[in-house]
Amino acid sequence: MSMKRRTFLKGTLAAGTVGMAVSAGLLTPRAVMAAWPKDAFEAKSMDDAMQATVGGTSASAGDISIKAPDIAENGAVVPVTVSTSISGVESISIFAKENANPLTSSYMLGGNTEGFVSTRIKMGKTSDVIAVVKADGKLYNATKEVKVTIGGCGG
Amino acid sequence: MSSIKVRANAQGGSTTVKCLISHPMETGQRKDSKTGKMIPAHFIQEVNAEHNGSNVLTALWGPAISKNPYLSFKFSGGNKGDTLKISWVDNEGKSDSVETKIG
Repeated sequence: MSMKRRTFLKGTLAAGTVGMAVSAGLLTPRAVMAAWPKDAFEAKSMDDAMQATVGGTSASAGDISIKAPDIAENGAVVPVTVSTSISGVESISIFAKENANPLTSSYMLGGNTEGFVSTRIKMGKTSDVIAVVKADGKLYNATKEVKVTIGGCGG
Repeated sequence: MSSIKVRANAQGGSTTVKCLISHPMETGQRKDSKTGKMIPAHFIQEVNAEHNGSNVLTALWGPAISKNPYLSFKFSGGNKGDTLKISWVDNEGKSDSVETKIG
């Protein structure tokens, strides 16, 4: 009888662990995936990526400045700073045109956030870095070429 | 020990936030040189910044953000001593967050 009780307890414990693994391990990533625009990040051409990210492919030139090195010695770490004086900025997206998946990152700005983001991106080869700014529903872009001497995808 | 290092400075009505996160940011396209197997993708997908509980920035990241990511941004309306919370979630569902005071 006591043996059976042990087995029973073990069984319930095991079931409990599985249940916890499901709620902790499986449900959270699914909730995250819903918010993360998979299509945009997996798009292979610049136009597809831009369409999926900001909902359009035609943008006008705006007052956007991209600060990035002319020549990046290491494509794995390319510092990029995008700043803009356009008012009502909703989002800033940074693309590396020749990367296998052009979209590197997209930033949703709150009401008090200034049109400025700075980060470091990976670039597979020499490419145009394109910043797309969405402000009051309109799209603006700017481009800067960065020459890469060592690719960033091989590590 | 948090994976996020953050510094926020208020000056002239504008707060500049700089943060460094330690994370491998694996693309999923790299091979392990010893075993020849592909290293699975492991990267941060979302970074959130909250100033006194209201969202100031949401960053959506792909694997093309460099290892140990750096992020800097600015917002207006921050005062010294305000709380700034930075949090991230990666594609494996792991997450971390840190709270700091604007200096």
